[in-house]
Amino acid sequence: MKRWFNILGERLNRISSLKLTFLAILSALIVGALIIVVSDIDNLRDGDVIGALSTVGSAYWALVIGSFGSLRAISNTINSSTPLILCGVSVAIAFKAGLFNIGATGQMLAGGMTALWVGFAMDGPGIIQVPLAIIAGAVGGALFGAIPGVLKARTGAHEVITTIMLNNIMAFLILWLLKTDLFQREDRTDPISKLVSTQGRLPRLFGFLDGRADLIAHIGFIVAIGAVLAYWWFLKYSTTGFEFRAYGLNADAATYAGMHVKRLTVLSMTFAGGFAGLAGAAEVLGTYGYASQNFAGNIGFDAIAIALLGQSTPFGTLIAAILFGALQAGGRQMQTNSDVPIDLIIVLRALIVMFIAAPLLVKTIWRTKNASITAGQTFRGWGS
Amino acid sequence: MSATEIASPMLSLEQRKRSRNVGLSLIFLALVSAFFLSARPGDAGFKLVESFTLVLPAQPFAQALAVVLGALGAVQLYRGFGKWTNAMLAFATAMFVVGFLAWATSGGSFNLTGMLQDTVTRSVPITLGAIAGILCERSGIINIAIEGQLLGGAFAGAVLGSLYGPWVGVLGAMAMGVGLSALLAVFAIRFRVDQVIVGFAINFFALGLTSFLSQRVLTPYPEYNIVKPFTPYKVPLLSDIPVIGVVLFTQTYFVYFSIVAVVVTTWFMYRTRWGLRTRAIGEYPQAAGTLGVDVLKLRYRNVWIAGAVAGLGGAWWPIGTVGRFDQNITNGRGFIALAAVIFGRWHPVGALTAALVFGLAEAIQLKMSNLDTGIPSEFLLMAPYVVTLIVVAGFVGRSRAPKAAGQVYDASK
Repeated sequence: MKRWFNILGERLNRISSLKLTFLAILSALIVGALIIVVSDIDNLRDGDVIGALSTVGSAYWALVIGSFGSLRAISNTINSSTPLILCGVSVAIAFKAGLFNIGATGQMLAGGMTALWVGFAMDGPGIIQVPLAIIAGAVGGALFGAIPGVLKARTGAHEVITTIMLNNIMAFLILWLLKTDLFQREDRTDPISKLVSTQGRLPRLFGFLDGRADLIAHIGFIVAIGAVLAYWWFLKYSTTGFEFRAYGLNADAATYAGMHVKRLTVLSMTFAGGFAGLAGAAEVLGTYGYASQNFAGNIGFDAIAIALLGQSTPFGTLIAAILFGALQAGGRQMQTNSDVPIDLIIVLRALIVMFIAAPLLVKTIWRTKNASITAGQTFRGWGS
Repeated sequence: MSATEIASPMLSLEQRKRSRNVGLSLIFLALVSAFFLSARPGDAGFKLVESFTLVLPAQPFAQALAVVLGALGAVQLYRGFGKWTNAMLAFATAMFVVGFLAWATSGGSFNLTGMLQDTVTRSVPITLGAIAGILCERSGIINIAIEGQLLGGAFAGAVLGSLYGPWVGVLGAMAMGVGLSALLAVFAIRFRVDQVIVGFAINFFALGLTSFLSQRVLTPYPEYNIVKPFTPYKVPLLSDIPVIGVVLFTQTYFVYFSIVAVVVTTWFMYRTRWGLRTRAIGEYPQAAGTLGVDVLKLRYRNVWIAGAVAGLGGAWWPIGTVGRFDQNITNGRGFIALAAVIFGRWHPVGALTAALVFGLAEAIQLKMSNLDTGIPSEFLLMAPYVVTLIVVAGFVGRSRAPKAAGQVYDASK
């Protein structure tokens, strides 16, 4: 086994960073396979190693088929990726300014609720109502996201504490909102909201294909791509974006150069909240058509891993989010086809992040040479 | 020139602002007491021991509270409390919590001692998680993986505890914590990966792996997931003291473990060579390295010990309370512990205080759902977090982290 590794390693001798990424994903899959085999107690008790290995095969095949194997799978991947892209950008833009946004979950809930309100309260033509609802989502998220920014700028309260607290506050606030007459569905007693009117729903991405109701991807994906482009433009061409980068890299130098650090703190958290709010709007208006207590799920936390994996760059974040979304979509297929629990994909995500972040490790395992080793620091640390 | 400046001319702008924020926050709390907490007439009964219930008239108490808090706020704004500020704040916050409870229970009664006991119990995983965070970060390694270490500890504690009894479960949980923290150490120190990235990856890894194994192994084989939890141990003599005996000395071993952890960590950190060196490599590793401290070795050791402490905290779930493991049983407590580290300013005793505040928040939540206050229960449930937000923004303010936390150490620099 080790000899094969060496041979494979030598083949990939002159290695580029793309190959490094490939090897990182391969390493993650191998470790994942080990975990599947070791936990296959029934087969291992019978000494049926072949049976255990075939479980791995069918699980991974289902991952591929479920994420890119058909138009439906691709649509599922797009659908899972949409909120991940938006929340990923939310976390990334905060990282760029040296802030740690753990509050994407709360901001997403806030944005989703404001978008939802416009979505069922208004009864206009879709061409007006949909953009309005999306903008409302962004504004709701931005206002909620601005709170930790303002608190940090004015009092120095650490955003890690304040965003976690605001997540908890929002979780209870939404539980209350969903039980008020304004939001609660008429015939229900549990916390679940009214339905968004049909015109208020985000149009389906593959709406032009008649009779394919199973293609659930919606134009929220286009919004997400737009957000990535906006983030890219903002960093590269706008003055404020330049200040963000300068502040994130060296706060002291930025202050000395006359940049208004407090303004940047508030702005970056506001933008972060806005992007997360868009994610909430996309989920409520596109995927579900209503809001429940936990429509944000774990997306806010997944987004942190995504931003870290994408090193907070616009396109890195996009690719990482699509990778995570594909794993999500494939994971559901895997659970159905091979009764390997979908939680395996959380392990795979963790391993991919780890291996990609540790090029030195991948290099050691695969005995490659000439790998360019970049070890940096995305987040400025705990200091003010 | 105001009195504050004369008293201590060295106060920076930052400190003066903080001092002003403290005063304003106190006045805010006074207003809340005056207009909100005093709105409900009736007596609040706090049951202290079986035979004695303290009866507090809610309305007059809230009015008195408003006057006291307002006065404290005014004094704070006018000249400050100097070295008594922290004591005054603790007093004011405690009184406000009592006022809040009196408001919520007015017209009824509830078991205060039981709630305080619950507070101490629930603070255990947060305290131990925060100690783990402090041990790492004081030595210059950011530990975001507390959540993962707690979760891993809970899983190992449940499985090994089911197979070989609770004490083996505790040891297994600590070993699992060490394993996960060794992963953090190797990646952060040996492979120089960004510490936040690897920390987060470990969180995901632990969450994914324990959920995966729980579904794939524990669900079909439930005999691996049934622990006999520790029962409360009464400390001889001390547990006979009224109220305090129940709150502090009639608890499972985990509470005693966490108190020991706080004391020992404080002593080690501030009274031993090991602690001095740890703090040095967290602030300025190059200087410590030049003077002959083996920076990397010391960091490895700190991270390992931190893992054992966090794993112990994780064992609290299966072995200290429910007797079993469930998917994502820690449910974000590791992040609360992270907040406690910052809230407590990287000091073990500060972290313990913060953990008790969060423990109180959880304990109050349980009680609140049973009380009829006329206000939607969701608002009462979020109140502790709002208070934390106000406290952090108004009282704590900017906190200073160990300077080298998060940075790769390169001896050649």
